Amino acid sequence: MNARFEYLLRLGDDALILGQQLGFWTGHGPVLEEDIALTNIGLDQIGQARAWLTLAGKTEETGRDEDHLAFFRDQSEFRNALLCERPNGHFGDTITRQFLFDAYAVALHAGLSTSLDPEIAAIARKSAKESAYHLRHSRAWMVRLGDGTEESRRKIQASVNDLMPYVGDLFHSDDVTREAVSAGWGTDPASLRHPWESTVAEALAEAGLDRPGPGPEQTGGREGKHTEQLSFLLAEMQVLPRTYPDASW
Amino acid sequence: MWNQRIFEVLMEMDLLQRFEAYVASEKKIEPKDWMPDAYRRTLVRQISQHAHSEVVGMLPEGNWISRAPSLKRKAILMAKVQDEAGHGLYLYSACETLGVRRDDTIRDLHSGKAKYSSIFNYPTLNWADIGAIGWLVDGAAIMNQVPICKCSYGPYARAMVRVCKEESFHQRQGFQIMMTMAGGTAEQKAMAQDALNRWWWPSIMMFGPPDQDSPNSAQSMAWNIKRFSNDELRQKFIDLTVPQADLIGLTVPDADLKWNAETGHYEHGPIDWDEFKRVVAGHGPCNKERLEARRKAWDDGAWVRDAARAHAEKRASRKSDSNTAAA
Repeated sequence: MNARFEYLLRLGDDALILGQQLGFWTGHGPVLEEDIALTNIGLDQIGQARAWLTLAGKTEETGRDEDHLAFFRDQSEFRNALLCERPNGHFGDTITRQFLFDAYAVALHAGLSTSLDPEIAAIARKSAKESAYHLRHSRAWMVRLGDGTEESRRKIQASVNDLMPYVGDLFHSDDVTREAVSAGWGTDPASLRHPWESTVAEALAEAGLDRPGPGPEQTGGREGKHTEQLSFLLAEMQVLPRTYPDASW
Repeated sequence: MWNQRIFEVLMEMDLLQRFEAYVASEKKIEPKDWMPDAYRRTLVRQISQHAHSEVVGMLPEGNWISRAPSLKRKAILMAKVQDEAGHGLYLYSACETLGVRRDDTIRDLHSGKAKYSSIFNYPTLNWADIGAIGWLVDGAAIMNQVPICKCSYGPYARAMVRVCKEESFHQRQGFQIMMTMAGGTAEQKAMAQDALNRWWWPSIMMFGPPDQDSPNSAQSMAWNIKRFSNDELRQKFIDLTVPQADLIGLTVPDADLKWNAETGHYEHGPIDWDEFKRVVAGHGPCNKERLEARRKAWDDGAWVRDAARAHAEKRASRKSDSNTAAA
Protein backbone atom coordinates (compact mmCIF):
# COMPACT_ATOMS: atom_id res chain seq x y z
CA MET A 1 0.00 0.00 0.00
CA ASN A 2 1.23 3.49 -0.87
CA ALA A 3 0.33 5.35 2.34
CA ARG A 4 1.17 8.78 0.97
CA PHE A 5 -1.09 8.20 -2.03
CA GLU A 6 -3.94 6.98 0.19
CA TYR A 7 -3.54 9.89 2.57
CA LEU A 8 -3.57 12.46 -0.24
CA LEU A 9 -6.65 10.83 -1.79
CA ARG A 10 -8.53 11.35 1.47
CA LEU A 11 -7.64 15.03 1.46
CA GLY A 12 -8.49 15.44 -2.21
CA ASP A 13 -11.75 13.48 -2.12
CA ASP A 14 -13.15 15.40 0.86
CA ALA A 15 -12.59 18.65 -1.01
CA LEU A 16 -13.84 17.30 -4.33
CA ILE A 17 -17.11 15.89 -3.02
CA LEU A 18 -17.87 19.03 -1.02
CA GLY A 19 -17.05 21.24 -4.01
CA GLN A 20 -19.28 19.15 -6.26
CA GLN A 21 -22.16 19.46 -3.81
CA LEU A 22 -21.76 23.20 -3.23
CA GLY A 23 -21.90 23.80 -6.98
CA PHE A 24 -25.57 22.84 -6.94
CA TRP A 25 -26.38 25.98 -4.95
CA THR A 26 -25.25 28.26 -7.77
CA GLY A 27 -28.39 30.10 -8.87
CA HIS A 28 -30.54 28.60 -6.13
CA GLY A 29 -29.41 30.26 -2.88
CA PRO A 30 -31.74 32.03 -0.44
CA VAL A 31 -30.21 35.42 -1.30
CA LEU A 32 -27.82 36.47 -4.05
CA GLU A 33 -24.95 37.05 -1.61
CA GLU A 34 -25.17 33.36 -0.62
CA ASP A 35 -25.14 32.19 -4.22
CA ILE A 36 -21.83 33.97 -4.44
CA ALA A 37 -20.52 32.75 -1.10
CA LEU A 38 -21.43 29.09 -1.56
CA THR A 39 -20.12 29.03 -5.12
CA ASN A 40 -16.92 30.68 -3.98
CA ILE A 41 -16.43 28.16 -1.20
CA GLY A 42 -17.19 25.37 -3.65
CA LEU A 43 -14.61 26.85 -5.99
CA ASP A 44 -12.00 26.84 -3.23
CA GLN A 45 -12.83 23.20 -2.50
CA ILE A 46 -12.40 22.27 -6.17
CA GLY A 47 -9.09 24.17 -6.19
CA GLN A 48 -7.88 22.26 -3.14
CA ALA A 49 -9.08 18.97 -4.63
CA ARG A 50 -7.06 19.66 -7.78
CA ALA A 51 -3.91 20.35 -5.79
CA TRP A 52 -4.24 17.25 -3.55
CA LEU A 53 -5.24 14.92 -6.38
CA THR A 54 -2.45 16.15 -8.64
CA LEU A 55 0.02 15.45 -5.86
CA ALA A 56 -1.61 12.05 -5.23
CA GLY A 57 -1.18 11.21 -8.91
CA LYS A 58 2.49 12.19 -8.80
CA THR A 59 2.99 10.09 -5.69
CA GLU A 60 1.38 7.05 -7.25
CA GLU A 61 3.64 7.26 -10.32
CA THR A 62 1.28 5.45 -12.68
CA GLY A 63 0.46 8.53 -14.73
CA ARG A 64 -2.98 9.33 -13.30
CA ASP A 65 -3.64 13.08 -13.14
CA GLU A 66 -6.31 15.01 -11.21
CA ASP A 67 -8.98 14.33 -13.84
CA HIS A 68 -8.19 10.67 -14.12
CA LEU A 69 -8.53 10.34 -10.38
CA ALA A 70 -11.71 12.41 -10.22
CA PHE A 71 -13.56 10.95 -13.19
CA PHE A 72 -12.39 7.35 -13.61
CA ARG A 73 -12.62 5.91 -10.11
CA ASP A 74 -15.73 4.10 -8.88
CA GLN A 75 -17.44 4.90 -5.61
CA SER A 76 -15.64 2.19 -3.65
CA GLU A 77 -12.31 3.77 -4.64
CA PHE A 78 -13.29 7.15 -3.19
CA ARG A 79 -11.85 7.97 0.22
CA ASN A 80 -13.91 10.98 1.31
CA ALA A 81 -15.45 11.18 4.76
CA LEU A 82 -19.14 10.21 4.83
CA LEU A 83 -19.99 13.69 6.13
CA CYS A 84 -18.96 15.24 2.80
CA GLU A 85 -21.40 13.12 0.79
CA ARG A 86 -24.47 13.85 2.93
CA PRO A 87 -27.11 15.44 0.70
CA ASN A 88 -27.33 19.22 0.38
CA GLY A 89 -30.83 19.22 1.91
CA HIS A 90 -32.00 22.72 2.77
CA PHE A 91 -29.68 25.69 3.31
CA GLY A 92 -29.30 24.84 7.00
CA ASP A 93 -28.25 21.27 6.22
CA THR A 94 -25.59 22.50 3.78
CA ILE A 95 -24.36 25.11 6.26
CA THR A 96 -24.16 22.57 9.10
CA ARG A 97 -22.28 20.05 6.95
CA GLN A 98 -19.89 22.81 5.92
CA PHE A 99 -19.49 24.12 9.45
CA LEU A 100 -18.67 20.67 10.89
CA PHE A 101 -16.16 20.20 8.07
CA ASP A 102 -14.66 23.72 8.26
CA ALA A 103 -14.01 23.36 11.99
CA TYR A 104 -12.01 20.23 11.12
CA ALA A 105 -10.34 21.74 8.04
CA VAL A 106 -8.96 24.70 9.99
CA ALA A 107 -7.28 22.35 12.47
CA LEU A 108 -6.15 20.01 9.69
CA HIS A 109 -4.59 22.71 7.51
CA ALA A 110 -2.86 24.27 10.51
CA GLY A 111 -1.36 20.87 11.30
CA LEU A 112 -0.30 20.13 7.74
CA SER A 113 1.26 23.58 7.32
CA THR A 114 4.23 22.31 9.32
CA SER A 115 4.51 19.06 7.36
CA LEU A 116 8.07 17.95 6.63
CA ASP A 117 6.95 17.47 3.03
CA PRO A 118 7.30 20.89 1.38
CA GLU A 119 4.62 20.16 -1.25
CA ILE A 120 2.04 19.14 1.35
CA ALA A 121 2.97 22.10 3.54
CA ALA A 122 2.59 24.52 0.62
CA ILE A 123 -0.90 23.30 -0.32
CA ALA A 124 -1.91 23.29 3.35
CA ARG A 125 -0.76 26.87 3.89
CA LYS A 126 -2.78 28.08 0.92
CA SER A 127 -5.80 26.02 2.00
CA ALA A 128 -5.53 27.29 5.59
CA LYS A 129 -6.29 30.83 4.47
CA GLU A 130 -9.37 29.59 2.63
CA SER A 131 -10.67 27.33 5.38
CA ALA A 132 -10.41 30.17 7.90
CA TYR A 133 -12.80 32.19 5.69
CA HIS A 134 -15.07 29.20 5.17
CA LEU A 135 -15.36 28.69 8.91
CA ARG A 136 -16.10 32.35 9.46
CA HIS A 137 -18.94 32.10 6.94
CA SER A 138 -20.48 28.82 8.10
CA ARG A 139 -20.09 29.66 11.79
CA ALA A 140 -21.81 33.03 11.32
CA TRP A 141 -24.76 31.27 9.70
CA MET A 142 -24.95 28.67 12.49
CA VAL A 143 -25.32 31.56 14.92
CA ARG A 144 -27.81 33.45 12.74
CA LEU A 145 -29.98 30.42 12.18
CA GLY A 146 -29.75 29.24 15.79
CA ASP A 147 -30.55 32.67 17.19
CA GLY A 148 -32.93 33.80 14.41
CA THR A 149 -36.53 32.59 14.49
CA GLU A 150 -38.24 29.65 16.15
CA GLU A 151 -38.43 27.93 12.76
CA SER A 152 -34.77 28.47 11.93
CA ARG A 153 -33.70 27.22 15.35
CA ARG A 154 -35.78 24.07 14.97
CA LYS A 155 -34.41 23.42 11.49
CA ILE A 156 -30.75 24.00 12.27
CA GLN A 157 -30.96 21.94 15.46
CA ALA A 158 -32.36 19.06 13.39
CA SER A 159 -29.51 19.50 10.89
CA VAL A 160 -26.96 19.29 13.70
CA ASN A 161 -28.63 16.20 15.15
CA ASP A 162 -28.78 14.53 11.72
CA LEU A 163 -25.20 15.27 10.69
CA MET A 164 -23.29 14.80 13.93
CA PRO A 165 -23.22 10.97 13.62
CA TYR A 166 -21.26 11.33 10.36
CA VAL A 167 -18.20 13.19 11.64
CA GLY A 168 -16.33 10.05 12.78
CA ASP A 169 -14.39 9.55 9.52
CA LEU A 170 -12.71 12.91 9.95
CA PHE A 171 -10.87 11.66 13.05
CA HIS A 172 -10.25 8.11 11.91
CA SER A 173 -6.71 6.81 12.51
CA ASP A 174 -5.30 3.71 10.85
CA ASP A 175 -2.08 2.40 9.28
CA VAL A 176 -2.14 5.16 6.67
CA THR A 177 -2.33 7.99 9.18
CA ARG A 178 0.15 6.29 11.51
CA GLU A 179 2.69 6.18 8.70
CA ALA A 180 1.90 9.80 7.84
CA VAL A 181 2.64 10.80 11.43
CA SER A 182 5.75 8.67 11.90
CA ALA A 183 7.25 9.91 8.60
CA GLY A 184 6.45 13.48 9.57
CA TRP A 185 4.42 14.58 6.54
CA GLY A 186 0.87 14.12 7.89
CA THR A 187 -1.18 14.80 10.99
CA ASP A 188 -2.89 12.35 13.27
CA PRO A 189 -6.64 12.78 12.66
CA ALA A 190 -7.44 11.75 16.23
CA SER A 191 -5.44 14.74 17.47
CA LEU A 192 -7.75 17.09 15.57
CA ARG A 193 -10.79 16.00 17.54
CA HIS A 194 -10.09 18.14 20.56
CA PRO A 195 -9.68 21.49 18.73
CA TRP A 196 -12.68 20.56 16.57
CA GLU A 197 -14.80 19.86 19.64
CA SER A 198 -13.99 23.21 21.17
CA THR A 199 -14.71 25.16 17.95
CA VAL A 200 -18.03 23.34 17.58
CA ALA A 201 -19.04 23.59 21.23
CA GLU A 202 -18.31 27.31 21.33
CA ALA A 203 -20.31 28.05 18.17
CA LEU A 204 -23.26 25.91 19.20
CA ALA A 205 -23.35 27.63 22.58
CA GLU A 206 -23.35 31.06 20.93
CA ALA A 207 -26.09 29.89 18.56
CA GLY A 208 -28.16 28.58 21.48
CA LEU A 209 -28.08 25.07 20.04
CA ASP A 210 -27.65 21.78 21.85
CA ARG A 211 -24.66 19.56 21.22
CA PRO A 212 -26.18 16.11 20.73
CA GLY A 213 -24.65 13.65 23.18
CA PRO A 214 -22.12 11.11 21.95
CA GLY A 215 -23.85 8.29 20.10
CA PRO A 216 -23.14 5.60 17.55
CA GLU A 217 -21.22 6.96 14.56
CA GLN A 218 -21.51 6.16 10.87
CA THR A 219 -18.04 5.62 9.41
CA GLY A 220 -16.35 3.84 6.54
CA GLY A 221 -15.54 6.54 3.95
CA ARG A 222 -11.79 6.22 4.43
CA GLU A 223 -12.03 2.54 3.46
CA GLY A 224 -14.33 3.17 0.52
CA LYS A 225 -17.55 2.12 2.27
CA HIS A 226 -19.99 4.84 1.32
CA THR A 227 -23.64 5.81 1.59
CA GLU A 228 -26.13 5.37 -1.26
CA GLN A 229 -25.82 9.03 -2.25
CA LEU A 230 -22.22 8.89 -3.52
CA SER A 231 -22.85 6.71 -6.56
CA PHE A 232 -25.49 9.12 -7.90
CA LEU A 233 -23.24 12.08 -7.27
CA LEU A 234 -20.37 10.42 -9.15
CA ALA A 235 -22.59 9.25 -12.02
CA GLU A 236 -23.53 12.86 -12.71
CA MET A 237 -20.05 14.27 -12.17
CA GLN A 238 -18.30 11.65 -14.32
CA VAL A 239 -20.76 11.41 -17.20
CA LEU A 240 -18.82 13.26 -19.91
CA PRO A 241 -15.31 11.87 -19.43
CA ARG A 242 -16.75 8.35 -19.10
CA THR A 243 -18.96 8.67 -22.19
CA TYR A 244 -16.17 10.16 -24.32
CA PRO A 245 -12.97 8.70 -22.85
CA ASP A 246 -10.90 9.73 -25.88
CA ALA A 247 -11.88 13.37 -25.79
CA SER A 248 -9.93 16.15 -24.16
CA TRP A 249 -11.86 19.21 -23.07
CA MET B 1 -52.79 79.08 -6.68
CA TRP B 2 -52.50 79.59 -10.42
CA ASN B 3 -49.38 81.62 -10.11
CA GLN B 4 -47.84 78.90 -7.98
CA ARG B 5 -48.70 76.20 -10.55
CA ILE B 6 -47.36 78.27 -13.46
CA PHE B 7 -44.20 78.88 -11.48
CA GLU B 8 -43.76 75.12 -10.91
CA VAL B 9 -44.30 74.30 -14.57
CA LEU B 10 -41.78 76.95 -15.59
CA MET B 11 -39.30 75.65 -13.07
CA GLU B 12 -39.77 72.14 -14.40
CA MET B 13 -39.23 73.30 -17.99
CA ASP B 14 -36.14 75.09 -16.93
CA LEU B 15 -34.85 72.03 -15.08
CA LEU B 16 -35.59 69.79 -18.04
CA GLN B 17 -33.74 72.11 -20.41
CA ARG B 18 -30.79 72.29 -18.08
CA PHE B 19 -30.87 68.49 -17.62
CA GLU B 20 -30.85 67.87 -21.35
CA ALA B 21 -28.04 70.33 -21.93
CA TYR B 22 -26.06 68.74 -19.09
CA VAL B 23 -26.52 65.24 -20.50
CA ALA B 24 -25.70 66.43 -24.02
CA SER B 25 -22.37 67.74 -22.73
CA GLU B 26 -21.47 64.12 -21.73
CA LYS B 27 -21.64 64.82 -18.01
CA LYS B 28 -22.87 62.15 -15.56
CA ILE B 29 -26.12 62.30 -13.66
CA GLU B 30 -25.70 61.16 -10.05
CA PRO B 31 -28.36 59.68 -7.72
CA LYS B 32 -29.18 62.90 -5.88
CA ASP B 33 -29.35 65.08 -9.00
CA TRP B 34 -32.70 66.18 -10.36
CA MET B 35 -33.87 64.00 -13.23
CA PRO B 36 -37.10 63.76 -15.23
CA ASP B 37 -39.45 61.03 -14.00
CA ALA B 38 -39.39 59.33 -17.39
CA TYR B 39 -35.57 59.17 -17.29
CA ARG B 40 -35.72 57.56 -13.84
CA ARG B 41 -38.40 55.09 -14.96
CA THR B 42 -36.45 54.14 -18.09
CA LEU B 43 -33.33 53.52 -16.06
CA VAL B 44 -35.14 51.49 -13.41
CA ARG B 45 -36.70 49.37 -16.13
CA GLN B 46 -33.45 48.86 -18.00
CA ILE B 47 -31.14 48.31 -15.03
CA SER B 48 -33.50 45.95 -13.19
CA GLN B 49 -34.06 44.02 -16.40
CA HIS B 50 -30.32 43.81 -16.79
CA ALA B 51 -29.90 42.62 -13.17
CA HIS B 52 -32.59 39.96 -13.62
CA SER B 53 -30.89 38.79 -16.79
CA GLU B 54 -27.64 38.23 -14.91
CA VAL B 55 -29.40 36.23 -12.22
CA VAL B 56 -31.67 34.17 -14.48
CA GLY B 57 -28.66 33.71 -16.75
CA MET B 58 -26.94 31.78 -13.96
CA LEU B 59 -29.45 28.95 -14.42
CA PRO B 60 -28.67 27.61 -17.92
CA GLU B 61 -24.94 27.70 -17.20
CA GLY B 62 -25.25 26.47 -13.63
CA ASN B 63 -26.99 23.49 -15.18
CA TRP B 64 -23.58 22.17 -16.33
CA ILE B 65 -21.43 22.85 -13.26
CA SER B 66 -22.07 19.35 -11.91
CA ARG B 67 -21.16 17.77 -15.27
CA ALA B 68 -18.19 19.90 -16.33
CA PRO B 69 -15.84 17.47 -18.08
CA SER B 70 -12.63 18.34 -16.19
CA LEU B 71 -11.88 19.87 -12.81
CA LYS B 72 -10.30 22.88 -14.48
CA ARG B 73 -13.44 23.47 -16.56
CA LYS B 74 -15.57 23.04 -13.46
CA ALA B 75 -13.55 25.65 -11.59
CA ILE B 76 -13.70 28.07 -14.54
CA LEU B 77 -17.44 27.64 -14.92
CA MET B 78 -18.08 28.15 -11.20
CA ALA B 79 -15.97 31.29 -11.24
CA LYS B 80 -17.82 32.55 -14.29
CA VAL B 81 -21.33 31.95 -12.97
CA GLN B 82 -20.29 33.51 -9.69
CA ASP B 83 -19.21 36.59 -11.65
CA GLU B 84 -22.72 36.76 -13.11
CA ALA B 85 -24.18 36.76 -9.59
CA GLY B 86 -21.79 39.61 -8.77
CA HIS B 87 -23.03 41.55 -11.80
CA GLY B 88 -26.58 41.01 -10.55
CA LEU B 89 -25.56 42.52 -7.23
CA TYR B 90 -23.91 45.64 -8.71
CA LEU B 91 -26.91 46.19 -10.90
CA TYR B 92 -29.50 45.75 -8.14
CA SER B 93 -27.41 48.23 -6.15
CA ALA B 94 -27.30 50.67 -9.06
CA CYS B 95 -31.07 50.31 -9.26
CA GLU B 96 -31.45 51.05 -5.56
CA THR B 97 -29.75 54.41 -6.10
CA LEU B 98 -32.87 55.33 -8.09
CA GLY B 99 -35.09 54.71 -5.09
CA VAL B 100 -36.38 51.17 -5.63
CA ARG B 101 -35.80 48.33 -3.16
CA ARG B 102 -34.09 45.13 -4.30
CA ASP B 103 -36.83 42.93 -2.83
CA ASP B 104 -39.52 44.84 -4.75
CA THR B 105 -37.56 44.54 -7.97
CA ILE B 106 -37.21 40.79 -7.41
CA ARG B 107 -40.93 40.53 -6.69
CA ASP B 108 -41.61 42.11 -10.09
CA LEU B 109 -39.45 39.45 -11.73
CA HIS B 110 -41.31 36.66 -9.95
CA SER B 111 -44.73 38.06 -10.81
CA GLY B 112 -43.77 38.26 -14.48
CA LYS B 113 -44.08 42.07 -14.51
CA ALA B 114 -40.37 42.61 -15.09
CA LYS B 115 -38.60 41.03 -18.04
CA TYR B 116 -35.14 39.54 -18.44
CA SER B 117 -33.11 38.73 -21.52
CA SER B 118 -35.01 36.17 -23.58
CA ILE B 119 -31.83 34.33 -24.50
CA PHE B 120 -31.91 32.55 -21.14
CA ASN B 121 -35.18 30.86 -22.04
CA TYR B 122 -33.26 28.49 -24.30
CA PRO B 123 -31.95 25.21 -22.90
CA THR B 124 -28.29 24.14 -22.48
CA LEU B 125 -28.24 20.65 -23.98
CA ASN B 126 -24.60 19.70 -24.35
CA TRP B 127 -21.27 20.89 -22.94
CA ALA B 128 -20.54 22.99 -26.04
CA ASP B 129 -23.54 25.14 -25.08
CA ILE B 130 -21.37 26.47 -22.27
CA GLY B 131 -18.83 27.49 -24.90
CA ALA B 132 -21.52 28.96 -27.15
CA ILE B 133 -23.02 31.02 -24.32
CA GLY B 134 -19.64 32.51 -23.46
CA TRP B 135 -18.67 33.15 -27.05
CA LEU B 136 -22.00 34.32 -28.51
CA VAL B 137 -24.26 35.39 -25.66
CA ASP B 138 -21.56 37.11 -23.62
CA GLY B 139 -20.12 38.41 -26.89
CA ALA B 140 -23.44 40.01 -27.81
CA ALA B 141 -23.85 41.29 -24.26
CA ILE B 142 -20.46 43.01 -24.44
CA MET B 143 -21.45 44.65 -27.71
CA ASN B 144 -24.58 45.96 -26.00
CA GLN B 145 -22.88 46.92 -22.77
CA VAL B 146 -19.60 48.57 -23.71
CA PRO B 147 -21.48 51.70 -24.86
CA ILE B 148 -23.31 51.76 -21.51
CA CYS B 149 -19.95 52.37 -19.79
CA LYS B 150 -20.37 55.87 -21.20
CA CYS B 151 -24.07 56.26 -20.46
CA SER B 152 -25.31 59.36 -18.69
CA TYR B 153 -26.24 57.72 -15.37
CA GLY B 154 -23.10 57.52 -13.21
CA PRO B 155 -23.80 54.41 -11.08
CA TYR B 156 -24.91 52.38 -14.10
CA ALA B 157 -21.95 53.50 -16.20
CA ARG B 158 -19.47 52.65 -13.44
CA ALA B 159 -21.02 49.23 -12.72
CA MET B 160 -20.79 48.47 -16.40
CA VAL B 161 -17.05 49.13 -16.58
CA ARG B 162 -16.36 46.20 -14.27
CA VAL B 163 -19.09 44.03 -15.79
CA CYS B 164 -17.60 44.49 -19.25
CA LYS B 165 -14.09 43.57 -18.13
CA GLU B 166 -15.40 40.31 -16.70
CA GLU B 167 -17.65 39.62 -19.67
CA SER B 168 -14.79 39.98 -22.10
CA PHE B 169 -12.88 37.37 -20.10
CA HIS B 170 -15.98 35.13 -20.21
CA GLN B 171 -16.24 35.53 -23.92
CA ARG B 172 -12.67 34.40 -24.45
CA GLN B 173 -13.17 31.33 -22.25
CA GLY B 174 -16.34 30.48 -24.19
CA PHE B 175 -14.53 30.73 -27.49
CA GLN B 176 -11.73 28.61 -26.10
CA ILE B 177 -14.22 25.83 -25.20
CA MET B 178 -15.64 26.01 -28.73
CA MET B 179 -12.19 25.97 -30.29
CA THR B 180 -11.16 22.94 -28.22
CA MET B 181 -14.33 21.07 -29.14
CA ALA B 182 -14.28 22.04 -32.79
CA GLY B 183 -10.72 20.69 -32.97
CA GLY B 184 -11.53 17.60 -30.87
CA THR B 185 -13.11 14.25 -31.70
CA ALA B 186 -15.87 13.96 -34.32
CA GLU B 187 -18.44 13.81 -31.51
CA GLN B 188 -17.08 16.96 -29.90
CA LYS B 189 -17.11 18.81 -33.21
CA ALA B 190 -20.73 17.73 -33.76
CA MET B 191 -21.64 19.06 -30.30
CA ALA B 192 -19.95 22.38 -31.09
CA GLN B 193 -21.79 22.73 -34.40
CA ASP B 194 -25.09 21.75 -32.76
CA ALA B 195 -24.57 24.40 -30.09
CA LEU B 196 -23.78 27.07 -32.69
CA ASN B 197 -26.87 26.06 -34.69
CA ARG B 198 -29.11 26.52 -31.69
CA TRP B 199 -27.53 29.70 -30.20
CA TRP B 200 -26.78 31.74 -33.32
CA TRP B 201 -30.21 33.17 -34.08
CA PRO B 202 -31.25 33.79 -30.48
CA SER B 203 -27.90 35.59 -30.00
CA ILE B 204 -28.41 37.99 -32.86
CA MET B 205 -31.94 38.63 -31.60
CA MET B 206 -30.36 39.83 -28.32
CA PHE B 207 -29.82 43.26 -29.91
CA GLY B 208 -33.58 43.73 -29.90
CA PRO B 209 -36.07 44.44 -32.67
CA PRO B 210 -35.02 46.19 -35.89
CA ASP B 211 -34.59 49.95 -35.50
CA GLN B 212 -37.89 50.81 -37.15
CA ASP B 213 -39.74 48.70 -34.54
CA SER B 214 -37.85 49.84 -31.44
CA PRO B 215 -40.17 52.34 -29.75
CA ASN B 216 -38.01 53.44 -26.80
CA SER B 217 -34.78 53.92 -28.68
CA ALA B 218 -35.00 57.56 -29.76
CA GLN B 219 -35.60 58.95 -26.28
CA SER B 220 -32.91 56.71 -24.78
CA MET B 221 -30.43 57.88 -27.40
CA ALA B 222 -31.27 61.52 -26.65
CA TRP B 223 -30.63 60.89 -22.95
CA ASN B 224 -27.34 59.09 -23.62
CA ILE B 225 -28.66 55.89 -22.05
CA LYS B 226 -28.35 54.20 -25.39
CA ARG B 227 -25.50 55.12 -27.73
CA PHE B 228 -25.93 52.94 -30.83
CA SER B 229 -29.01 51.54 -32.53
CA ASN B 230 -30.02 47.87 -32.32
CA ASP B 231 -29.22 47.22 -35.97
CA GLU B 232 -25.83 48.94 -35.78
CA LEU B 233 -24.79 46.76 -32.86
CA ARG B 234 -26.17 43.59 -34.46
CA GLN B 235 -24.18 44.27 -37.62
CA LYS B 236 -21.02 44.87 -35.64
CA PHE B 237 -21.50 41.57 -33.78
CA ILE B 238 -22.06 39.58 -36.98
CA ASP B 239 -19.05 41.17 -38.69
CA LEU B 240 -16.86 40.23 -35.76
CA THR B 241 -18.22 36.74 -35.08
CA VAL B 242 -18.52 35.14 -38.53
CA PRO B 243 -14.74 35.11 -39.13
CA GLN B 244 -14.27 33.56 -35.66
CA ALA B 245 -16.60 30.69 -36.62
CA ASP B 246 -14.69 30.27 -39.89
CA LEU B 247 -11.41 30.17 -38.01
CA ILE B 248 -12.45 27.16 -35.93
CA GLY B 249 -14.17 25.38 -38.80
CA LEU B 250 -17.79 25.82 -37.72
CA THR B 251 -20.61 26.92 -40.01
CA VAL B 252 -22.92 29.80 -39.10
CA PRO B 253 -26.45 28.43 -39.66
CA ASP B 254 -27.57 31.10 -42.14
CA ALA B 255 -27.77 30.01 -45.79
CA ASP B 256 -28.11 33.65 -46.92
CA LEU B 257 -25.04 34.89 -45.09
CA LYS B 258 -22.57 36.58 -47.47
CA TRP B 259 -19.76 39.09 -47.40
CA ASN B 260 -20.40 42.35 -49.18
CA ALA B 261 -17.03 43.76 -50.19
CA GLU B 262 -18.57 47.12 -51.14
CA THR B 263 -20.13 47.86 -47.76
CA GLY B 264 -17.48 45.94 -45.84
CA HIS B 265 -20.20 44.10 -43.94
CA TYR B 266 -21.82 40.67 -43.87
CA GLU B 267 -25.39 40.46 -45.12
CA HIS B 268 -27.56 38.08 -43.17
CA GLY B 269 -30.80 36.21 -43.85
CA PRO B 270 -34.19 37.16 -42.39
CA ILE B 271 -34.53 36.97 -38.61
CA ASP B 272 -37.57 35.12 -37.29
CA TRP B 273 -39.06 37.93 -35.22
CA ASP B 274 -42.15 35.84 -34.55
CA GLU B 275 -39.99 33.47 -32.56
CA PHE B 276 -38.51 36.43 -30.68
CA LYS B 277 -41.98 37.73 -29.81
CA ARG B 278 -43.13 34.28 -28.75
CA VAL B 279 -40.22 33.87 -26.34
CA VAL B 280 -40.57 37.40 -24.96
CA ALA B 281 -44.27 36.70 -24.41
CA GLY B 282 -43.36 33.73 -22.21
CA HIS B 283 -43.60 30.83 -24.65
CA GLY B 284 -39.94 29.94 -25.14
CA PRO B 285 -38.64 26.46 -24.36
CA CYS B 286 -37.61 27.28 -20.77
CA ASN B 287 -39.51 30.42 -19.67
CA LYS B 288 -41.56 28.42 -17.22
CA GLU B 289 -38.63 26.48 -15.72
CA ARG B 290 -36.45 29.56 -15.34
CA LEU B 291 -39.07 31.55 -13.46
CA GLU B 292 -40.08 28.58 -11.38
CA ALA B 293 -36.46 27.97 -10.39
CA ARG B 294 -36.09 31.60 -9.32
CA ARG B 295 -39.36 31.58 -7.39
CA LYS B 296 -38.46 28.30 -5.70
CA ALA B 297 -35.05 29.59 -4.61
CA TRP B 298 -36.72 32.70 -3.19
CA ASP B 299 -39.54 30.85 -1.43
CA ASP B 300 -37.30 28.09 -0.08
CA GLY B 301 -34.94 30.75 1.25
CA ALA B 302 -37.63 32.80 3.02
CA TRP B 303 -36.97 31.19 6.42
CA VAL B 304 -33.24 31.89 6.03
CA ARG B 305 -33.78 35.57 5.25
CA ASP B 306 -36.30 35.85 8.11
CA ALA B 307 -33.79 34.27 10.48
CA ALA B 308 -31.00 36.62 9.38
CA ARG B 309 -33.29 39.62 9.90
CA ALA B 310 -34.49 38.39 13.30
CA HIS B 311 -30.94 37.72 14.44
CA ALA B 312 -29.78 41.17 13.32
CA GLU B 313 -32.66 42.80 15.21
CA LYS B 314 -32.00 40.78 18.36
CA ARG B 315 -28.33 41.63 18.19
CA ALA B 316 -29.05 45.32 17.77
CA SER B 317 -31.47 45.31 20.67
CA ARG B 318 -29.05 43.35 22.92
CA LYS B 319 -26.38 45.89 22.03
CA SER B 320 -28.61 48.85 22.84
CA ASP B 321 -29.70 47.15 26.11
CA SER B 322 -26.11 46.70 27.15
CA ASN B 323 -25.31 50.31 26.17
CA THR B 324 -28.23 51.51 28.30
CA ALA B 325 -27.08 49.35 31.20
CA ALA B 326 -23.54 50.68 30.87
CA ALA B 327 -24.81 54.26 30.87
